[in-house]
Formats: sequence, structure tokens, C-alpha cells
Amino acid sequence: MIHDLAIIGAGPAGMAAAVEARACGLSVLVVDDNPAPGGQVFRAAEAAAPDPAVGPEIAPGLALIAAFRASGAEYRPATTLWHLDPDEGLLSLAGPQGVDEARARRVLLATGAQERAVPIPGWTLPGVMTAGAAQIMLKTTGAVPAGRTVLAGQGPLVWLLAVQLARAGAAPLLLETRSTGLAAALSQGGLWSGRRLLAKGLALMAEARRRGVRVVRPVRGLRAEGTTRVERIAWDGGAAPCDTLLLHEGVIPQTHVSRAIGVDHAWDAGQACWRPVTDGFGASSHDRIAIAGDGAGIGGWEAAVAAGRLAALDTARRLDALDAAGVAARSAAPLAARRAALALRPLLDAFYAPPASVLAPPDDVLACRCEEVTAGAIRAAARLGATGPNQMKAYLRCGMGPCQGRICAPSVAALIAEVRGVPPETIAPLRPRAPYKPITVGQLAASAESAQQPPQ
Amino acid sequence: MTARDAIVVGGGLVGAAIAHGLRGQGLDTVLLDEGDVAFRASRGNFGLVWVQSKGFGAPWYQQWTRGSAGEWPALAADLAARTGIDTALQQPGGVHLCLSEAEFDDRAARMARMQAEAGNHGFDHRMIRRGELDDMLPGLGPSVVGASFTPYDGHASPLALLQALHRAFTEAGGAYIPNAKVTGGSAAPHDFRVETAAGAFTAPRIVLAAGLGNADLAPVFGLNTPVRPQRGQILVTERAGTILPMPTTTIRQTGEGTIMLGDSMEEAGFDTRQAPPVMAQIAQRAALCFPWIAELNIVRAWSALRVMAPDGLPIYDQSDRFPGAFTANCHSGVTLAGAHARLLAPMIAAGALDPVLAPFTAKRFDVQTAA
Amino acid sequence: MFRPRPDARPATIEVLVDGTPVLVPAGASAAAAVLLAGLPAIRETPVSGSPRLPLCMMGVCFDCLAEIDGVANRQACMVPVAPGMRIARQHGARAARP
Repeated sequence: MIHDLAIIGAGPAGMAAAVEARACGLSVLVVDDNPAPGGQVFRAAEAAAPDPAVGPEIAPGLALIAAFRASGAEYRPATTLWHLDPDEGLLSLAGPQGVDEARARRVLLATGAQERAVPIPGWTLPGVMTAGAAQIMLKTTGAVPAGRTVLAGQGPLVWLLAVQLARAGAAPLLLETRSTGLAAALSQGGLWSGRRLLAKGLALMAEARRRGVRVVRPVRGLRAEGTTRVERIAWDGGAAPCDTLLLHEGVIPQTHVSRAIGVDHAWDAGQACWRPVTDGFGASSHDRIAIAGDGAGIGGWEAAVAAGRLAALDTARRLDALDAAGVAARSAAPLAARRAALALRPLLDAFYAPPASVLAPPDDVLACRCEEVTAGAIRAAARLGATGPNQMKAYLRCGMGPCQGRICAPSVAALIAEVRGVPPETIAPLRPRAPYKPITVGQLAASAESAQQPPQ
Repeated sequence: MTARDAIVVGGGLVGAAIAHGLRGQGLDTVLLDEGDVAFRASRGNFGLVWVQSKGFGAPWYQQWTRGSAGEWPALAADLAARTGIDTALQQPGGVHLCLSEAEFDDRAARMARMQAEAGNHGFDHRMIRRGELDDMLPGLGPSVVGASFTPYDGHASPLALLQALHRAFTEAGGAYIPNAKVTGGSAAPHDFRVETAAGAFTAPRIVLAAGLGNADLAPVFGLNTPVRPQRGQILVTERAGTILPMPTTTIRQTGEGTIMLGDSMEEAGFDTRQAPPVMAQIAQRAALCFPWIAELNIVRAWSALRVMAPDGLPIYDQSDRFPGAFTANCHSGVTLAGAHARLLAPMIAAGALDPVLAPFTAKRFDVQTAA
Repeated sequence: MFRPRPDARPATIEVLVDGTPVLVPAGASAAAAVLLAGLPAIRETPVSGSPRLPLCMMGVCFDCLAEIDGVANRQACMVPVAPGMRIARQHGARAARP
């Protein structure tokens, strides 16, 4: 069977798109590699909502998850997309039932965001995690770091997590790396349209202080120290004992699949990352592929919900399930919602711009955690003649390990740009190849049974 | 504009090996390369230093390949000494596994004929039956009936080789210039000029080693290189403890512990997309050879384009019209690296290809056309 | 190491982490079980043998690779726990097992 729309990712954008597309009468397949819907922001929402530590922020997702579950979309959790042929609309999947294929007239990538790597000295030590990882622990198990917890970095998630940990009785020491002054960020505007989100943010900061979160700012020169695990966090002019170090410098789009299939991407200077080029309804440079949510550029979950709905409406129009008037009528609300949700974004991007040392770390820091390649080795290879991450990967294996460059590729590109003295947008991103996530030789061999024979 | 003794066009394994060799001959050499995004067969190479299936019906190719395998230890030692990079060369011999009696018989006949063609050059090989093979390789699948073996075969890391060649060349004073795709050029005997994004270069010698790019470049310099792309796909597993003592034609364990599974031969033009059905066939054959491979994760896979002449053999030539213009084309950039650096480069430096390379001229295609 | 909050999320599923029984809440991942068990590392890298614990917990970093129910190199953060699940740390490269 051929689905009208296949959606990769059951986060806010994917769920909203599925609901809207089903309302337009389309047949929908949703593939997600997590065991439950929600994406990152609403991860395990159904189970976590009663927990007072995270409940207030996760509750808004419950209605969306319920609507998604009731939508009639075919939902395949715990299933990985390992190859996508955009020309044929052919998805190669691996899940609990083994390896199989699915076909769709249109494919929506709603792959969401990942945290920007924060390669500081000592960041591979056990006990150093991302802030998002600690939040996932809280949402999925209710657990909090034991002992002395330090939360270092900047961004909205830092304040949210500080509050959530404090509510759970584990208030961290917050080392804020923000160096942008408020005045510079305010010049980006958006205060009025974004006043609701701004108020939420200010309330979080107030709650953090009220709950006893101690804040040190601005912090530079962060380094995790310890022998077999993190024992101490040090910075220029200070240090503190530390059992768990949580790092965060914002989030970037997950573009692994969109880069692998070769749709156009553009450098987003404000967010210091690559994002796929999309129109207002999520259409990419490939006529079968749409991209919505944080995977198309960071905007937060409310913008993602709106973008998912818009991409679904555009799909319905393309498949003649909705006429232009219908699209106009149904897109007014999500267009307005997205405008409001994105109003504050330039201010946030400017306020929480990552420091240069995070983008291009010092020489002795491992930039590639899988193959254990230092920033210094990458700089040396850039001087030798690697002009981009693909040649760098060939020289040094950075990007060849299990994560396939998901963590190190932005650092590698930034290091090359620094050494060669060129702007970051001139370093084309790493080209990922299938399998997008590992599958076993046996799984792949089994798929040969059903697969059509290739032309010789 | 920069004047040099030699220009090498193409910074892949073929060009880099020749440039390294030319620098070793004392020539002031510039190596012009494309940028980060290039077809770059060298980045897709399987990594065999492989002799046993090379030169069926063309004993001169068998001889050249074997000569290269013989030069490899010296090349690897030279590169390690100059750069500290271990190219992970191992030459324990290699096997071609046969999955049916028909494959075994066909292989035996092929090896016998290659021995006959080799004349007094010799061709040391053995057909090995299942019982003996079980002592050589772990966990063979039930459908493996036997194998051919030659002691000449081995493998190395193509990526370490590429970096080591670039580094050794650079550290010996060679000029490696990336982002310098050749956009135009002009030729006169022993007087060549190329235009690139990184400026213009002149030299009395030029070597075209631009892989698939040679097809368009060659006529400018009075050469003919009718090469076409042939797609190959490769799968690589996660690192595993050392288990395979020698490479097979399509399965080898790298120095890092990953196991590479190859490969396909597809006529797909310049399309470098991956094809899951072909990947599945590769996985299937690998699991037939070694069933224990089935539980390993594939962490990477890719497709790349071989540089193929119409008869699959290399092309080496010097231009009649513009002496000093040479070209080198092959799909065995790793296997032939020893020969390119240590045998071919001295010939180019001396200004004439040795008669052993005469059969590799592209003029062989003119004859076929006329016939 | 993480400490549970049984009042918020009761631990109901018993798994074996490096052979030791650990109770964890339903919906936890195998990586979460390792963090709750307080293991000093979930693996030692095949490149240098350095110890690692999970970094991202969301399927991106692959630092949580572990042996789960006898299958090596699984992304522990993507595998939900099940009663009796055996989660074991890995030391260097996995074994190939003819």
C-alpha cells in the first residue's frame, strides 16, 4: 500500500501534521524511533504528567498526544528509518518486526532538534552529560542526579531544567556562560509579539532563584576535571566540586536525514547551524519531501506544531484532498500561532549565542568522541589540506564512528573554517550515508528476500 | 602564475602516489586537487592490495600488479618513517571464497589459465578445499565449498594511505593545493599550463590523474582516456575483536577492527546514491560466507565510482603530440600505489614510460575500433 | 549516578545491571537503569579504553552502547527496560563470535 503521507518523527511537528493530515482525509504513516509519542519536549508525557517536577511544562502536550493517538494514523514506534529514497518515496525501516519497506506519496521529516555539542576539556568523563539527558532521566524515570550537580551553559532549557531539578529537591549550581548583554539582545525586537513566552521565561528565572538555585555568571574557560569520572568543575577564576556536570549551549536541527538525501541546506547565522531550505509550508527543494519543526530550524514546540499542521495542509493540497480556499481557511490559525511562537526567537538566538570556544574547541579537547580525535589533530589536518568535513573524515576518521558525525560534524566544520580563515557557511556540511542508524548485517541480508533485484 | 618541474592533476590515491614519487625524484611538484565534495574514488576504496584476480587474459597487468604489491612494504615503511602514519599494510595472502562447486571449478580454471599466461613469471596459487580452509578462516558458512589462495594478496588502509601520501609529499616540500579543480589549460611539447580556481600553474611535465575527470581533461593535452564510472557499494561493521587473519575478495577486517563487506559493480553513470537492494545482496553474501557476521551492526555504508576503462585495465600514456604530458588511470589506487610511487614516478621524471607499460596505452582502443 | 524519587515514579521493573538486580520505573531505558544502578561506566571505548557513561540519552551520541540480553553494542538509551533484562557494560570492541 502507498500512504499519502509518511511522517518521520512523532514529536510536536510530526503529531500535529498527522492529526491535520488525517482530518483532511489522507492516509498517514508515522515512524518514530522512540517507544512512545511526544518527541523530546513531551517525552514520556503520559507517564510524567503527574510528577510535580515536570508536570506543568509537560501537560500542554497531553491533548496533542491524545489527538494523535486517536487520529487513525498508522503509528510505528521504536522503528528506525535507515534509508530514504526521496525520488521513489521509499522508506527502508527497521523495527521490532524486523526490516521492511514503506511507500508514500509525500514524506515529512519531523526529526526535531538535538543539543549542540559542548566540547570542553574533560567532557568525555563519566558524570558529564547534556542538560537534556538529565531532563530525559527526570521525565522517563523521575530520577535526579545524586550528589553535587552543576548545570553549565546557557539557553532556555538551562533555566527550565534548573527549576525542574530544584522542584525535585536537587537544585544545581548554575554556571551561566552567557556573554551577550541584555541590551544587545533587545535590539533584535520581538518583545511585544513574544511577550507571553518572555513572561514564561522570566517567571522560570524567578522560580529558579526562589527555589535556591545559585547562579554564577558570566563563566568562561569551563573544564571538567577528574580521573575516572568528573570530580570538579573549574572555570576562569573559580572551581567547585561536582558529581554530575550537565552541559547545554542550545539546540540545533537534526539534519542527518535531510543532508543524506541531499535537499538544499542553508547556513543559519543567527543559530550557527545548517538548516534545510523550506518554504512557508515546509516544502523542501525536493518535490516529494517536506520538513517541519525544529528539524527545519529551531523554533520551539509551539512553532513546530504550527509548522506540522501547515506541512500537512500543503500535502493535502498537492494530493488534491484540499483546494486553495480550504488551505487558506485552515492555515490562518497555524500561521498566526507560528508568528507568535517565533517572535522572540531572534532575541533568544542573540542572547544565548554560543561562545567561540564551544563552536571550535581548544586543541587538547576531543572533538570526535567516537573515534577520539582531538581538535588539535583536526586543525593540523585542515592546515595540510582538508577543506571540508568529508575529506577530514577520510583523513582522521572523525565522523566514522557509531554516531556518524552527529556530535562532531559541526565542531569539525567550525575548526576547518577557523584554520582556513573562511566563513562557516563556505564549509559544506558532512554528507551522511545510509544506514542512518546501525542495522545488523543479518537484518539487511533478510531484506534481500523481498527486495526487487537491482539492474545489473 | 607559478612555474614548477611537474604538475599532477588529481589529489586522490593515484595522483598523490605519483606526486610523492616525483618529489622523491627531486622534482619541484605541485599536486592540484578538487575540494571537499568530489567523486574521489580514493575515499570509497575497499582497501585490498590485491593480485590474484588481476590480469586474466592480460598477463602484463598481472605482472604490474604483482610488482606493485612487491613495492608496497617499502612504500609503507617510507611513509611511516616520514609521517608516523601506519598504513596498516598486511600481506598474509588472500582467498577468494567459492559458494558452490560451479564457482569452485570456474575459479580453478581461471587460476590455472592465469598461471599458464604468466609463463616463466610464475603464478603461485592453490585451490583449497573446505577441510583445509576451516583451519585458515573462522566460522565459515555451510555453503562455502572452497577457495583460491595466492600468497601475494593483502590489504591496507586507503584513508591512512591518502593522508600519509599528502603529508609525506607536503613535508618533503611538495605543494598540495586543494580547491584547485582544473578549469582550463594549454599544451605545447614540454610546456604546459593549467588554470585553476587557485591560480595558474606551468611546468614542462604534467600528469593527469584526475580519475573520472581525466576523460574531459585528456584531449587538451593530446591524450585519450576513455574512462567511465562504475558504481560500487560497500558496507562496514562496527569494530570487533580481531578475528579474520587474511582478507577475502569481498570481506576484510581493518586494522581498527571493523569488517568491510563489498562490493557491487553497477553501471549507474555518475549517480552515487545508495541502493538498499544491492546493499542487501552484499550483506546476504557476507552472511553466507561467515554466518557470525550477521549479528554485527553495519555502522557505515557508501557508494563510490570506480574509474573504468572499456576493458577494465589501467591506462598509462605519454602524449605523442605533447611529450611531457602523461596520464594514469585505474580503479586500483591502493593496490597500485606501490607501483605508482616507486616505479611509474621515476619513469615520468626520466621523461619516458618503460616498455612494460606499453600494453596499457589507450591506443589499444583505437585498434579495437578499427578491427 | 542518579537517585530515584519513588514518590513520583515507583520502581516496578527488576533488571540485572552487570549482574546486580536493580528496580527501575516502567518506561525507563536500559541506559537509565545503568545510571540508577550507579555503574562507574557503561562501556570502555574500543579506541583508547576510556570509560564512558551516556551523554545525550536521546539516541544521538552512541556513548551508551552496551550489551543487552546478550546483544552487543545496542543503544541503551533507546531500549526500554523489560523484566529480567540483562544489561552489561562493554570493554573495548565487541567480540565477533563464530
